[in-house]
Amino acid sequence: MPDQIFEYAPAPESRAIVDIAPSYGLFIDGEFREAAGGKVFKTVSPATEEVLSEVAQADGEDVEAAVRAARAAFPGWSGLPGTERAKYIFRIARILQERARELAVLETLDNGKPIRETRDADLPLVAAHFFYYAGWADKLEHAGLGPDPRPLGVAGQVIPWNFPLLMLAWKIAPALATGNTVVLKPAETTPLSALFFADVCRQAGLPRGVVNIITGDGATGAALVAHPDIDKVAFTGSTAVGKAIARTVAGTRKKLTLELGGKGANIVFDDAPVDQAVEGIVNGIYFNQGQVCCAGSRLLVQESVQDELLDALKRRLRTLRVGDPMDKNTDVGAINSAEQLARIEELADSGEAEGAERWSAPCELPGNGYWFAPTLFTGVSQAHRIAREEIFGPVLSVLTFRTPDEAVAKANNTPYGLSAGIWTEKGSRILSMANKLRAGVVWANTFNKFDPTSPFGGYKESGFGREGGRHGLEAYLDVR
Amino acid sequence: MSDEPKKTAKSGGTAGKTGRPAGKTAAKSPAKSPAKSPAKGRTSVRTPARRIDVLKTYKLFVGGKFPRSESGRVYEVTDSEGNWLANAPQASRKDARDAVTAARKAFGGWSGATAYNRGQILYRVAEMLEGRREQFAAEVAAAEGLPGPAATAQVDAAIDRWVWYAGWSDKIVQVAGGANPVAGPFFNLSTPEPTGVVAVLAPQESSFLGLASVLAPVIVTGNTAVVVPSEKAPLPALSLAEVLATSDVPGGVVNLLSGRTREVAATLAAHQDVNALDLAGAGADGELAKELETAAAENLKRVLRPDEGAAEGVDWSADPGTSRLLAFLETKTVWHPIGV
Repeated sequence: MPDQIFEYAPAPESRAIVDIAPSYGLFIDGEFREAAGGKVFKTVSPATEEVLSEVAQADGEDVEAAVRAARAAFPGWSGLPGTERAKYIFRIARILQERARELAVLETLDNGKPIRETRDADLPLVAAHFFYYAGWADKLEHAGLGPDPRPLGVAGQVIPWNFPLLMLAWKIAPALATGNTVVLKPAETTPLSALFFADVCRQAGLPRGVVNIITGDGATGAALVAHPDIDKVAFTGSTAVGKAIARTVAGTRKKLTLELGGKGANIVFDDAPVDQAVEGIVNGIYFNQGQVCCAGSRLLVQESVQDELLDALKRRLRTLRVGDPMDKNTDVGAINSAEQLARIEELADSGEAEGAERWSAPCELPGNGYWFAPTLFTGVSQAHRIAREEIFGPVLSVLTFRTPDEAVAKANNTPYGLSAGIWTEKGSRILSMANKLRAGVVWANTFNKFDPTSPFGGYKESGFGREGGRHGLEAYLDVR
Repeated sequence: MSDEPKKTAKSGGTAGKTGRPAGKTAAKSPAKSPAKSPAKGRTSVRTPARRIDVLKTYKLFVGGKFPRSESGRVYEVTDSEGNWLANAPQASRKDARDAVTAARKAFGGWSGATAYNRGQILYRVAEMLEGRREQFAAEVAAAEGLPGPAATAQVDAAIDRWVWYAGWSDKIVQVAGGANPVAGPFFNLSTPEPTGVVAVLAPQESSFLGLASVLAPVIVTGNTAVVVPSEKAPLPALSLAEVLATSDVPGGVVNLLSGRTREVAATLAAHQDVNALDLAGAGADGELAKELETAAAENLKRVLRPDEGAAEGVDWSADPGTSRLLAFLETKTVWHPIGV
């Protein structure tokens, strides 16, 4: 009943706060430079298809230059006393806080996610992550990772487009705190915030070469992880690419951490408070348009409360405001790219073709840009593709269960193991379920919460290694 | 109870102290080529009729049972001087798959056991080994061509290593896990958990201490293991199975597959229900290690690479630290809101 929703006047955030240049080079050895091959590519706003800027397309020669710069910077950076390294990273955290609004607007423009999320989730977490790891830089020998933990050297880092600046923070903050130098490649569709971060490094006075940002496509990333002079590879992205990277580094001494896909089960028991569970489900799968590796993309609801829960859920989905990401009232923004939208559409179509029942929230989608209405499927079996494959979009697959054992079996019936959710008022059941779920993060009576102090990462084919917390240091240290 | 086998073994050990490196204990094994047997028999004649030793048929250890290889294959195991010691089963791809099935089946129970329970069971392994020190010293001496005292030192260190890791069972969780001070009203706890089924290529050169050093850290935290023992010196490992079978280690928690490392490891590295791979036994063969790691990428197994410089040999008597424990643990983080 969309006509019953209150009309909201548009409340757009001003984009005047951010000044996007018509073109950007690669940030290598403290300076922006054109790609050696002179190639560029466009980055567009997925909400409008407006071209935001042109960025350089790095090739093998540029990768070489960036790795060389990082290698040259390594002795100086790793040789700094931890207290001094820490101060640089604290500076970065503070400057990120100061420029948070600018970066939030930039991120929303380049990524398509609602300004409410970049402003209230991404940017605060980005600054907090640097602040947290800054404090570790002079305490590494007390981290329980051996008496003399050593940095690895040059880290090659490849990040995705769903949380561009936050994933940058998850990669760069622990790498710098532990004394490594960095070559980072942001995703092809969201390069801008990483290039702005280069400017943050400049303002912080970070020594040249410590952080290098190279933009490009998958080939650029592949060249980076294959470069013989890097000591560490950190990747967040799809499981397929993660496997390819694991094969690339096989037989080398490169240390590898991977944070990959997921098919998280959000399990709702019959005693769960319905309204809270509904909010958790919505947050679990429609936050960031469902483009979250740890999304609760499979709803496992106890059979006896299925009807009641789905009624409440659909009622709630009707009130979600889908549209202009720059509007402060928007709940669901644009899909990041045409390519991603096609993938979501293909999988959603397969859900219908395989016999599941599709329901989408009635909402008007903008004419330009890449959009997909919040959607759920009922009557989903475990064999359906929409129950097995990561959709990475605002599509929820609803399955049912009768007993806790059945819920565990269904939740774990996936090659992934990144996240899971439990909704019940019974404490002992939470702890029992949490023990049995094969997932790196278990949210009980909440979902999609993140914190720099809290280790995050997957079981099974969701990857290995942890980011965040004391555990996150280990990925960047030689602890033998 | 453990006194009796100890006495028997001791007498064997004494007999073996004739300076002969190979494992020629009185308690077991002629450990020499049949052709040489009669000569030796005459020199140490004690009874009017020379007693013919009872030889052991070495078998695989899978799911708590001692099967032969389904392939029917065996291969000849010799001591360091080339004398025949035994025929060891040569495990096949099918044996490897059966072992993974057994290990998977055992995982729920073993990982669900209390840490105290697992610790006691590993300690029990050490107790059982202590009673059979001489037997294992003789086997290690034969397998590795070590003089008696050196072999005994290896066995003693191996037993001590089981004790060391036994104690870790209920401590590693506190060392590797803990509460996270998140910026919000949430209870937030990170706990290490076993990763699942671990394929272990045991060191090639250190048939018993090396084996203990890689096996104990895998299972003490609740993983189950499929182990490929040293290819040329598998007998101490196969005898260890007898100890494991009588130490309250549940069937399937440890599975031992003697055979050609390359053949068995290839199946395990590519197996989609194996969660992790310890490449210690591929240390001297960089090509093999790379092949296996590449195959392991298909389902993103956790791979513990050989130590740097492993080709030149690893000192398994060094302080092991916690790295082998941590290599096969996952960190699970649980959130819950705090409120009234």
